[in-house]
Amino acid sequence: MARIEVTVDGVSYHDEVEPRLLLVHYLRERLGKVGTPIGCDTSNCGACTVHVDGVSVKSCTMLAVQADGTQITTIEGLAQNGQLHPVQQAFHDNHALQCGFCTPGMIMASVDLLQHNPSPSDEEIRHGLEGNLCRCTGYQNIVRAVRQAAEKSAEVTA
Amino acid sequence: MTEELDAGLIAEQVEEHPEAIDQPDATRHIGRPLKRKEDRRLITGRTRWTDNIQLPGLMHMAIVRSPVAHARINRVDVSAALDRPGVIAAFSAADLGDALGTLPCAWPVTADMVHPDHHPLATDEVRHVGEAVAVVVATDRYAAADATEAVEVDYEPLPAVTDMEEALKDEVLVHADKGTNKTYLWPFDGGDYDAARAQAEAEGGIVFKRRYIQQRLIPAAMEPRSVVVEPLTEGDEYTVYSATQIPHILRLMLALTCGIPEQQIRVIAPDVGGGFGSKLNVYAEEVIALVVARKLGRPVKWTESRSEGFQATIHGRDQIQDIEVAATRDGRILGLSVDLKADMGAYLQLVTPGIPVLGAFMFNAIYKMDAYRFRCTGVFTTKTPTDAYRGAGRPEATYAIERIMSDLAYELGIDPIELRRRNWIKHEEFPYTTIAGLTYDSGNYEAATARALELFGYDELRREQQERRDRNDPVQLGIGISTFTEMCGLAPSRVLGSLSYGAGGWEAASIRMLPSGKVEVVTGTTPHGQGHLTAWSQIAADALGVPFEDVNVIFGDTQSSPVGMDTYGSRSLVVGGVAVHLAARKVVDKARKVAAHLLEAAEGDVEFSGGTFSVKGSPDAKTTIQEVSLATFAAHNLPDGMEPTINADAVLDPENFSFPHGTHLCAVEVDTETGRPTIRTYVAVDDIGNVINPLIVEGQVHGGLAQGIAQALYEEAVYDADANLVTGTMVDYLVPSAADLPEFTTDRTETPSTTNPLGVKGVGEAGTIASTPAVVGAVVDAVHHLGVQEIRMPTTPERVWRAINNSGSDGGSRAAEGTIAYGGPQTSTTAGGAE
Amino acid sequence: MIPPEFDYLRPHSVDAAVTELGRAGEDAKVLAGGQSLLPLLRLRLAYPTVLVDLGGVGELRGVRRDGDELVIGSMTTHHEVMHDPLVAEHCPLLAQATSTVADPAVRHRGTFGGALSHADPAGDLPAVAAALEATFVIEGPNGRRSVPAAEFFSDYLETAVQPGEVLVEVRVPVLGPGWGSAYEKFNRVAQAWAVVGVAALVRTEGGSIAEARIGLTNMGPTPVRASACEQALAGVSTQNGGIGQATDLAADGTEPPSDLSAQADYRQHLARVLSRRAVQKAVAAT
Repeated sequence: MARIEVTVDGVSYHDEVEPRLLLVHYLRERLGKVGTPIGCDTSNCGACTVHVDGVSVKSCTMLAVQADGTQITTIEGLAQNGQLHPVQQAFHDNHALQCGFCTPGMIMASVDLLQHNPSPSDEEIRHGLEGNLCRCTGYQNIVRAVRQAAEKSAEVTA
Repeated sequence: MTEELDAGLIAEQVEEHPEAIDQPDATRHIGRPLKRKEDRRLITGRTRWTDNIQLPGLMHMAIVRSPVAHARINRVDVSAALDRPGVIAAFSAADLGDALGTLPCAWPVTADMVHPDHHPLATDEVRHVGEAVAVVVATDRYAAADATEAVEVDYEPLPAVTDMEEALKDEVLVHADKGTNKTYLWPFDGGDYDAARAQAEAEGGIVFKRRYIQQRLIPAAMEPRSVVVEPLTEGDEYTVYSATQIPHILRLMLALTCGIPEQQIRVIAPDVGGGFGSKLNVYAEEVIALVVARKLGRPVKWTESRSEGFQATIHGRDQIQDIEVAATRDGRILGLSVDLKADMGAYLQLVTPGIPVLGAFMFNAIYKMDAYRFRCTGVFTTKTPTDAYRGAGRPEATYAIERIMSDLAYELGIDPIELRRRNWIKHEEFPYTTIAGLTYDSGNYEAATARALELFGYDELRREQQERRDRNDPVQLGIGISTFTEMCGLAPSRVLGSLSYGAGGWEAASIRMLPSGKVEVVTGTTPHGQGHLTAWSQIAADALGVPFEDVNVIFGDTQSSPVGMDTYGSRSLVVGGVAVHLAARKVVDKARKVAAHLLEAAEGDVEFSGGTFSVKGSPDAKTTIQEVSLATFAAHNLPDGMEPTINADAVLDPENFSFPHGTHLCAVEVDTETGRPTIRTYVAVDDIGNVINPLIVEGQVHGGLAQGIAQALYEEAVYDADANLVTGTMVDYLVPSAADLPEFTTDRTETPSTTNPLGVKGVGEAGTIASTPAVVGAVVDAVHHLGVQEIRMPTTPERVWRAINNSGSDGGSRAAEGTIAYGGPQTSTTAGGAE
Repeated sequence: MIPPEFDYLRPHSVDAAVTELGRAGEDAKVLAGGQSLLPLLRLRLAYPTVLVDLGGVGELRGVRRDGDELVIGSMTTHHEVMHDPLVAEHCPLLAQATSTVADPAVRHRGTFGGALSHADPAGDLPAVAAALEATFVIEGPNGRRSVPAAEFFSDYLETAVQPGEVLVEVRVPVLGPGWGSAYEKFNRVAQAWAVVGVAALVRTEGGSIAEARIGLTNMGPTPVRASACEQALAGVSTQNGGIGQATDLAADGTEPPSDLSAQADYRQHLARVLSRRAVQKAVAAT
């Protein structure tokens, strides 16, 4: 067993974990953060994407022990004080989700994309989300949502 | 071309992309692009997937699966697993005996259909890689996974068979006790095809044949399958949470399979992350979980891993299609003959044998003809069973007819749009009864096609295509066409009965007006992404004249939504949504009686508009439906003899299928050096009748297109000669991402359905049904002038390259020697290697 | 889906890591970013007894210039490599090739050294390292040694790094003026491994190619230098169709695999076409 200390969605946790415990299982089953789903076992689908120390990570391809000392944000911690993150709002405004299973990872990946590239072209959005699979939407409204979130953020900072 | 089709059209054009809105204006919700009520939970991670469920004492189940395709089981020894830490129990089929029953198939398509027993845990033989052989139950997921490795199974390998034509020789039997691999032969005849062929030959016409291969697909809904069974503390009662599309049907089937009285089983579909038909089933793991929970008296959970699901969850498509069309020299179709071989896989799951039959009535598509012959042979192979996957038989049919129409056009030297126009049902000819016996209620192929051609820039693209050919450009351009229709809104129950389908096709709705005037709509549909909460709220709000936000929709739980036939086959709106509307009308009728009584007027003088009852000629005499609801609850002053309720139910059995249609056009660039095809433009003009929520409709079209395009370009479930699933993970089975799909241009025409009061037709599968032939047709068209006649799906760059370089080849298998992309012999002209 | 059990160690220096690896024995594995190792463990394709996590060894991370070499710490993530100003200035080929690896989330965790040590023949970085003629610095119980790229990749998933050793850094010669580069990756979908990839470096002088280096991805169990093509490119004018004649030799001497993604003859064809395109782009970048 190994001791870890992580901050998840603003709350600190001290735990003892098996080294092989995947971060996504730690989040879902130990901490009850079921908002982050698991969609595959080969790191292709991206549904499990969270932020670790500010950057997007596929939590199924990380061990909980590797997360020791880090700050993690899951989909559940994205909205602040009941206020949706602009990307969450944009997903709603643009019908960028249907069943919602890929959505947490898609939103977390989109937030990361915009952090690194605040004004992406549609092609950059599509490539930036190539690690996140969706079976319902055909992606078009997702691209639209990310574009709109980028435009709205540009308006705010302008 | 476009000018001819423009003339005299009546279709209503609609705006291209609906901007989403939060609130409609006061009274009209139907037709508005309202943002979804479903979203808030889903975008903040407050979801209720089955795998999220935690219960006191929850056990975790893991399945031991066969690593070989076909073998006798000599021995299953779970004793070592029982010694592993955290293991509570481990069972083989022998340990559980008859409790497991056999898995149901609800569609015996012919009286003599071969229907082998399908045991949830294999008894003496395994017949596909991934078949369940034993179950381990442990205190946590990790312990269960570890313990599966300790179960010892002694397999004695038997020969595998993956190719249908090989299988039909009956040399390697999948079910030895049945003596054959031929599951059934399902015939249909309209008119006399032999006569049509003879006529074509006699009159200098053409008899034109093609073979098309529908590759096997893996549905891969984003949520892996999951089930939790919770025994209730008293008695033999269970709550089954399952990521299922069919809680009602599942409840009945679990009761029958496990011998538990139906009223003692409650099935809940919590949030379900996509299905596409793959969750329209009764699976071994659901039965095993119920039996295990019953035996051990504790709740149990099972969730598949993705690679496990690739073997254990049903596959889609998998047909060999031999198509023949008899036509005159000027392209008029005299008759169509379809001969299918459909791969069932190793067993018959819930509707496995019926999927090709669902397509049987669609090969003639939008075209008039006097002769149609259909034969389908179901075949067993040692592979995962097939079953419904988005479109379920209709994509296969549309692919064959739209490809052969375009191929026939090449052969006759007629423009492919013109060839279609010469044969399709004209707008003024509806309702039209086809040679397959279906009556299409309404449609307007001319309008949809004209709009599509205009949006697509058809004439300019043909010019560009010619210019590229003239200068031998390394990048060539192709255009593919799909003028599709489909039959959905499943289904008139009598028709299902005549096809020997085990269930009916009705749908139920129940509306309760609460005392405070709020509304509960109980529906028998089971959405898993389709937005029924929002759309049914729109329907109810309009019919009842109540605010959109005052309506709640209850679904997915057999305790609170006890009556239903669930969601699949693009049926929910056409049958279930219309049932909501009908129930709402009944509510209004009952409320009108109360209103008349309260307003002391004759019922005939009471009008209803915008949620308010008023009396003709008395502007001050009115009462709202909310007031009526409260008054009914109090029941102080109701008409004599009236039951104190205005709640109402409706169960709708549709009088016909519905027939959405559309015209899809695809422009593909092919890099002839590498063979890579890339979609440059995709235009979809769909007519799905009246629209409840254009946002939801557009989303369904996008999603459908993505899956149909994926079949054309990327996806294929590949088995090797030993029937191992080679595309065993998402590394090798290529579900496309946003970077792999183009932007779609979508539009609609609106020709209302005449067979339901909302005039709706359904859209869930249309995009998938239409798109595959448009894309493949475009790829072939791009290099047709180089001598390419056919390219096998998916049209990988390698296949395209091979087709270009080996004139007459279809590109062949994409797998290496010893593996087969589609069974043994493919077309007669290729074996896949360099020639 | 669930990894098998293993013990876990997290040293804070290279020396400590080497010591721990030595103590743990042959069935220990180094854990870098985990983007290659963890998927293997989740599918239970490997059963290491101990993982030695280098995530805490800060000295292994970072990019610096050392004389006429760019030194890249083995634990530098792909994302860091892609965005490093020294890499952008002195080795754009590396930035470009790294940007094609997997997807952004994987690139936040995956490491330069991890990918190279994993040595998947379909991975993009080994061919780039081969073309760059990089040097691999390995530390073991007997101290440090340097292995040139041409000797580093020994076989399918095998490198010169022995059990008990740690890849410390990779040294890339800074190429002077006149050099241009390009990485051409051909895959079936965006996040897929390369069916074939070509890393091209060319130096032009006057209107001709003075020297060229072509590294091929997925044309064999290890990265391959297309030496016949390289030799044929020397002296070729950048203007007329001569490049194509030289790149027609790109697949010479290769024995690429036939597998689910492609058959051998198609791979060879791709190697020729992609080499031509890569060289043309590299020339344009000089």
